[in-house]
Amino acid sequence: MNVNNNRENTRDEDKSRQIATGATPSRFWRGLADLNGTEEARRFRADEFPGTESDLQAIEANPHANHISRRTVLKYMAASAAMAGLTACTILPTEKIVPYVRPPEEIVPGKPLFYATSMPFAGEGAGLLVKSHMGRPTKVEGNPSHPGSLGHTDIFAQAAILDLYDPYRSQTVIRDGEIASWDDFYAALGAMRGAWNANKGAGLRLLTDTIISPTVGAQIRAFLAAFPEAKWHQYEPCGRDNARDGAKLAFDDYVNAFYQLENADVIVSLEANFLYSGPGHVRYARDFAARRDPDSATRPMNRLYVVESTPTITGAMADHRLPMRSSEVEGFARALAANLGVEGANSGASASGQFADWVTALAKDLSAHRGSSIVIAGDEQPPIVHALAHTINEKLGNVGKTIVYTQALEIEPVNGFESLRDLVNDLNSGSVETLIIIGTNPAYDAPADFDFVHAYLKTANRVHSGLYYDETAELSDWHLPQAHFLESWGDTRAYDGSVGIIQPLISPLYQGKSALDLLLILASDTHLSAHDTLRNYWMANRPAQATAQPFEDWWETMLNNGVMAGSVFPAKQMTVKLPTEIGSPAASAEPANSTQEAIELVFRADPSIFDGRFANNSWLQELPKPINHLTWDNAVLLSPGTANRLGLKSEDYVNLDLSGWKVGAPVYVMPGHADECATLNLGYGRWKTGEVGMRRGVNAYYIRTSNQPYIAQGLKIQRTGLNYPLATTQHHHLIGPVGEEDELESVQAFERDLIQVSTLSDYKTNPNFTHEGEHQEEADKPESLYPGYPYTGYAWGMSIDLNRCVGCNACVVACGAENNASIVGKEEVLRGREMHWIRVDSYFRGGVEDPEMYFEPVPCMQCENSPCELVFPVGATNHSPEGLNNMIYNRCVGTRYCSNNCPYKVRRFNFFLFSDFRTQSTYGMRNPDVTVRSRGVMEKCTYCVQRINHAKINAEEQNRLVRDSEIKTACQQVCPADAIIFGNINDKSSQVAKLKAQSRGYKLLEVLNTRPRTSYLARIRNPNPEMPAQKLHPPAAGTIDQN
Amino acid sequence: MQIFHPSTNTISRLSIYGAVVFIGLLSYVLYEIGQSPYYTEQNVPQVQPVPFSHRHHVSQLGIDCRYCHTSVETSSFAGMPSTQTCMTCHSQIWTNTPILAPVRESYETGRSISWTRVNTLPQFVYFDHSIHIHKGIGCTTCHGDVGEMTITWRATTLQMTWCLDCHRHPEEYVRPRDQVFNVNYAPPPNQLELGRKLVREYKINSLTSCDTCHR
Repeated sequence: MNVNNNRENTRDEDKSRQIATGATPSRFWRGLADLNGTEEARRFRADEFPGTESDLQAIEANPHANHISRRTVLKYMAASAAMAGLTACTILPTEKIVPYVRPPEEIVPGKPLFYATSMPFAGEGAGLLVKSHMGRPTKVEGNPSHPGSLGHTDIFAQAAILDLYDPYRSQTVIRDGEIASWDDFYAALGAMRGAWNANKGAGLRLLTDTIISPTVGAQIRAFLAAFPEAKWHQYEPCGRDNARDGAKLAFDDYVNAFYQLENADVIVSLEANFLYSGPGHVRYARDFAARRDPDSATRPMNRLYVVESTPTITGAMADHRLPMRSSEVEGFARALAANLGVEGANSGASASGQFADWVTALAKDLSAHRGSSIVIAGDEQPPIVHALAHTINEKLGNVGKTIVYTQALEIEPVNGFESLRDLVNDLNSGSVETLIIIGTNPAYDAPADFDFVHAYLKTANRVHSGLYYDETAELSDWHLPQAHFLESWGDTRAYDGSVGIIQPLISPLYQGKSALDLLLILASDTHLSAHDTLRNYWMANRPAQATAQPFEDWWETMLNNGVMAGSVFPAKQMTVKLPTEIGSPAASAEPANSTQEAIELVFRADPSIFDGRFANNSWLQELPKPINHLTWDNAVLLSPGTANRLGLKSEDYVNLDLSGWKVGAPVYVMPGHADECATLNLGYGRWKTGEVGMRRGVNAYYIRTSNQPYIAQGLKIQRTGLNYPLATTQHHHLIGPVGEEDELESVQAFERDLIQVSTLSDYKTNPNFTHEGEHQEEADKPESLYPGYPYTGYAWGMSIDLNRCVGCNACVVACGAENNASIVGKEEVLRGREMHWIRVDSYFRGGVEDPEMYFEPVPCMQCENSPCELVFPVGATNHSPEGLNNMIYNRCVGTRYCSNNCPYKVRRFNFFLFSDFRTQSTYGMRNPDVTVRSRGVMEKCTYCVQRINHAKINAEEQNRLVRDSEIKTACQQVCPADAIIFGNINDKSSQVAKLKAQSRGYKLLEVLNTRPRTSYLARIRNPNPEMPAQKLHPPAAGTIDQN
Repeated sequence: MQIFHPSTNTISRLSIYGAVVFIGLLSYVLYEIGQSPYYTEQNVPQVQPVPFSHRHHVSQLGIDCRYCHTSVETSSFAGMPSTQTCMTCHSQIWTNTPILAPVRESYETGRSISWTRVNTLPQFVYFDHSIHIHKGIGCTTCHGDVGEMTITWRATTLQMTWCLDCHRHPEEYVRPRDQVFNVNYAPPPNQLELGRKLVREYKINSLTSCDTCHR
């Protein structure tokens, strides 16, 4: 141990020296443990499933602990061998075929259908095409004709399928905790409505999330007109209040701003994670990635600058990233505005000195790109930053070119926190008789200082409608189950205002009713169906250009397309009318001080489960969050420097005290995080939802207050001495040399980095940099003693462009949804047994304070010389003539030899019965074209062989060959950035063959001569040569100890 | 001192050879069970809610396979006739026969008839009817002499070795596309010659890669 510590100290000294001299170490590292070479990293490098290794060590250390003797092991082995043979002797169970009585016209049994619909989420509607097998929705894809989607989706849309089939969803009307029926509610409502009629709805309150649906908006307005004394409140814990207020501040009007990133040469993000969240992010990722081609002559690479506190995928894609506390961003924005000539923006701003060089160079770059640059403010930033961004964009002449203003998407734009505050005041004053909550969960997610729970209980009639029987439902007199969007009719708007229709794929599985249904019930319009209401609304309000067409034709076409032509909001001419107060910077932005006791706390919607609404979705819970790869938990993210100062390390359990509001949380040390600042994700710590989401992580809402909902000052962190294990996959499937016992072959293999990076200028002078260091004599040697297999027909291959990949994880969820992947739970993730067939590795380079960050999606490489195939004792993995490395589940006996021999660590093993064979409601969710794997079976990426086979059959029946781009793997289809391209590499005109021929193409561990079919295109950065050299914070005192 | 009785020699010899014989015998017995109709359900008529006779409908009335199995040319699944399909005729003829009571009941109540599946594959096997039809594999090649079945049974074992027989030697089984639905088709004497010609003409690949059926 001493030796180890010494070695680490030496490494850290090296690092400090490098940091002090301003040079960045060239080595890539996967995380702090990898950087520091700890035991954890060594274990994960040495083994694919180190959990089993520790089991064996435990047995060796104490062989009699479980009383398993060698003899017992032999007995079990013999018995299982015999039983394994016998299991093959089961007679197939008798099955029933149940045909239709009257078959529907479109359905061909065995062929899926696709329907266009929209997913309302986080202030916009995502356009979707949903695959339906015999009436069962099984997979979500993006709608290519929808402007916000262009055929791609994010993780939330992918995981929506699981929500639909979630057995923990609310299934019935509940009155005071007892099962009731809708008829009971109708009767109770009749009595309530009598009172509303008498007093015009005095004492009646509606609380909804932010409403952007035109039809629901019209319904609520009509409802309020019928009961003029009633009031409507809107609240979302992670809504876009700051963006709305910022627009109001800048233009004195609520406007919607959307960006045209394809026209932007220079992009500045003021802590905006625009590639991952917020309206239009799927489209933005696409437009951004389209401008990252270093070889394009017509569209030069864009340049992205990001200032942010907590590392996000947008920050990772940045060419220049500056970590700073969230509260400092305002000072930065002011300095930038002042530098660009915005009058009075920077009077007295003290913070500008720290990043003066940065601001100067950035302002120069922006000035050089007037009309083709853009400044984007993050939703967590205060309104003034948004107003400043609008001002800068106007100053730079970007309006109408890279940024477009339209009328607000919301029906009634309000500040959610203020709206909820009014409601709580009314609740406390006793003036509210009836509160109807639709689709929100304020008992869980209202700011702590509102004490919503007690205020709510003072109301006589409490009605709640939601997808789950949640925290608010528990306190309500009436809980009404809500229908999932895949079960309901409705409408929504995309980021640019285009209307998307929500079309049901299936009739409600339970007794759910959508918001639209419920408003019909409240308004006593039950003779109308939701479908009628929607049609009637659009019959009266359809876009002017469509009125020439007969309504029925127009309606059918629109339903088919999923998006309403001509419904994009017209651009609005806006002029910034900033009030004079812009001159006074907020007082809260104190300079970082390493001696202060209290630091800053940033609240963020969780990247996986958002504001908590997806807490019961295991696909999202187990999805490694971008960059830190945490699963199943949230944690206080601290920079290495701050953690060091406070004497904390990852997995330490601490008490957080934010001006008297307290909660306990584990610490996670996050490279690249701003110093003297902590990040805590919202959405965890649910105490009433399904079993999956309950009692996981820390409820950040306990300490979130309405006066500082996103950036809070005065956080005190207190050690408890306790330890809390965090299931992060950061170091799982780590590839690299293990130690002294390495063979020469692997030492050579790891000489070349798994991730290849260059800058645009270096790439122009040396386009073949990815092939540097390839030994000529190696290349001249015959690759094998045996003649190679001639791949004469199709030869499937994949190219992954690291320059495009934004690390959004959509491929991971899409792969799971397509391939019936199972979920293993936190305990098993801790042992490295997660079942994702594709993983997005993140790599760091440079100092821990401000490292460069890179993403690398890793599916199966489908090696032509597969190491896994050679060692298989039962032939359960074989090579196909098209180059696929097949995995035959029914042959697999689970020796795990293959995964042991896979240098890329892409094989996954069912250590337990991870697939759910018991829950009936999930049967319908499964992709019928893919086997559901049982215990003891190895599995891995197949390049979506089911899709390949369908396309081949289809092509053969039409007497042709499979066309290029006809087959899209699930990861490719979902990828918002088009980073993954799949196709036939024998067809030299195919997209994938052309990409593979590019000079920045490379393969992982090529020296091993595995001849992988999956190859990569190197990442090219586009730094500004005039920027100051990456300014690193002074090296932290002491070492960063991960042990 | 002699520990073992001389008879031990015999016993040990007997048990060693006996074990070999026993294991061989056991393997043979298991193999035979695996091939037997008890296990494969080959040639075992299945009881159905309505004793539907293919012999009557196909051979005697001459109804085409595709009249009921509508999706056989386009989908992986051949399709089972809806109640409505039955009732196109049976609302006119045999309208009161007790045998057809379940059909009428289904039509009236809207509840489907629950047929017992005759030809079934394990869930890890993915078979596609349409491509086999397209490549000139006749219905009766796999489903046997359906035209003579009063009650339907499985005509073949549907085991993997049986699949591979044809996938390895398609020329022995392929027939002209216009004969695919002919239940009375008999292979010509020059089947191999014709088969080889059709294999070329229909571009039949001898697909024996695992991922053809397993995924």
